[in-house]
Amino acid sequence: MNPMLRLILAQGMLGLNNGVFYAMLSLGLAVIFGLLDVVNFAHGALYMSGAFLAIILYSYIGTWLGLSWLHIGFWAALVLVPLIVACFGMLFERFLLRWLYGLDPIYSLLLTFGAALVLQGIFINGFGASGTPYPGTPDQLQGIVNLGFMMFPKFRLFTIIFSILVCIGVWFLIERTRIGAVLRAGTENPDLVRAFGINVSRLITLTFGFGTGLAGLAGVLAAPIYSVTPLMGDDLIIIIFAIVVIGGMGSIMGAVVTSLGLGLLEGVVKVFYAPAANTVVFIAMVLVLLVRPSGLFGRQR
Amino acid sequence: MSTPLLQLRDLHAWYGESHILHGIDLECAEGQLITLLGRNGAGRTTTLRAIMGMVDRRTGSIQLHGDEFIDKPTHRIAPLGRIGYCPEERGIFSKLTVGENLMLPPMVGPGGMGLEEIFTMFPNLRDVRNRMGTRLSGGEQQMLAMARILRTGARLLLLDEITEGLAPVIVKVLGEAIRSLKQKGYTIVLVEQNFHFAAPLANRHYVIEHGRVIDTFSAEALGANMDRLNQYLSV
Repeated sequence: MNPMLRLILAQGMLGLNNGVFYAMLSLGLAVIFGLLDVVNFAHGALYMSGAFLAIILYSYIGTWLGLSWLHIGFWAALVLVPLIVACFGMLFERFLLRWLYGLDPIYSLLLTFGAALVLQGIFINGFGASGTPYPGTPDQLQGIVNLGFMMFPKFRLFTIIFSILVCIGVWFLIERTRIGAVLRAGTENPDLVRAFGINVSRLITLTFGFGTGLAGLAGVLAAPIYSVTPLMGDDLIIIIFAIVVIGGMGSIMGAVVTSLGLGLLEGVVKVFYAPAANTVVFIAMVLVLLVRPSGLFGRQR
Repeated sequence: MSTPLLQLRDLHAWYGESHILHGIDLECAEGQLITLLGRNGAGRTTTLRAIMGMVDRRTGSIQLHGDEFIDKPTHRIAPLGRIGYCPEERGIFSKLTVGENLMLPPMVGPGGMGLEEIFTMFPNLRDVRNRMGTRLSGGEQQMLAMARILRTGARLLLLDEITEGLAPVIVKVLGEAIRSLKQKGYTIVLVEQNFHFAAPLANRHYVIEHGRVIDTFSAEALGANMDRLNQYLSV
C-alpha cells in the first residue's frame, strides 16, 4: 500500500477514535441544550469524574470498604458509572439548576462552570494533577488487531464501535420513539406539554441525568486510553463546544456527524501539518459560521 | 339541579404583575356547550388558560365534578379533570410528525376516539401522517389540534378560537365535528369570535369584558338580545 495513504488511514483511525469521544460528549451537551437551553459547562468535568469513578471502582473501593479483594471491573463500571454520574446530574438539576430557569442564561452558565471547578478541585485533592493509570482494561480487549493498513489497539476499536452504537441508539431514542417525541415537544412548548398532563419538570431532570450520564459513559471509555487527570475534561470541553456550535446548537444529528467528521479531519491534518491539528476545529467553526450562522444542522431561530 | 361539571367562582388570574381575570363566575353542566364571547383581550383565552393552570397565579375556585382544582399543578389537571385543551395558536409541534403530534397527549380516561373514528371526522388528516406538523395548512393544523385531544378520552373540551382565519369549508367541517361531539355527550367550552359559528351550537353564552362576566344569555333568549350582544362585541 502507498505509504502516504497508509499514514492517512492510520491517522484517520486515531482521529476517528477522538471523534467518537467528541460525539459522546457533544451528544449529551446537545440533548441538555436542546431541552433546557442550558449550556452545561460542567460537562467536561463530569466526563473526567466518569473516568476517575472507573478508577475508584477498580482500585480504591475495595480498600475503602475493607474488602481488599474487591475490584469492580470495566464492564460493571460501564453500567455503574453512567448511573452514578446521572444521579449526580439529576440532584444537581433538581436542587441547584432548577432555580435559575427563566433567568439570564449567564446564571446557569456560571453555576455549571462553578460546579466544574469544584469537581476538578475535589479530584486534584484526591489524586493530584498528574495522570492516574486505569489498570482495569478487560483481558478480552487487550492487545491489537491488524486492520490491514495498521495495527490498532483492540480497546480503541471497541470504543469506536461501542460509541457509534450509543450515538445511533440515542438518535433513535430522541427522533423515533414516543419518549423522544415528548422531549422534542417539551423543547418547543413546555407549557402546552404540561397542560396535556405530562410532568415536564421531571422530564427535564431525567433528561439532564441522561445527558450527564453520557458524559460519565464517555469517561469510562476514556479511562483505559487517555491519561486520567482532573483537567482532562477541561482540555476537551472547548473543542466540544466548538463542535456543538458547528453542528447547530441542540441538534443531535449535527453533534454526532460533526464530531466524527472533525475527528477525522484532525487526524488527516496531522499527516500534512501536525501543528495545525489542534486548531483545525476552530478554523472549521469560523468557516461554517460565516456561511451558516446557525450551524450545519441547526435551524434558524 | 345536580352539580355542574365545570364551575368557576371568583376566578382571578395574573401574568406576572398584570391582573387579567377579575373574578370570573360561570358554570357548565355535563353535555352542554357554552361559549365565551367578547372582544380581543377581554380575558376569554386567559379563562381557559387559568383552568389549565397556564397562568402565573390564580385564585378563586375551579371545580370539576365538585372537586377543587385551583391548587392542582398543571400536569395533574388534564388527567384528573379529563380535560382536552386546544390552544388558540393550535400548538402543533414543528419538530414532530403529524402522527407524533396526534399521539403526544397521554390518555386521560377511557373511551377516547380511535384513529379510524378520528379520520372519519377529519378526513384531511388521513393522508398526511408522516408529514412534519407545521407542513400542514391552517385548517389541517386545527383539525390535528382537535383530533389529538379527542384521542385521549377527555370529556371536557376547552376550545380556543378554533375557526380563526380558516376557510369557510373548513369551518363547516369543524362545525359538524362539534355538533357530533355534543351528540356524543362531550362538554364543551368554546371561545369564539365567529358568532355565527357558535350561535347554533351553544346552550349558553357568556359575555366577558375586562376579565369579568358582564352578561349571559341562554340560547333561547339570544334572538331577543341580539342588539345588546352586538353592542358588547362591536369594536
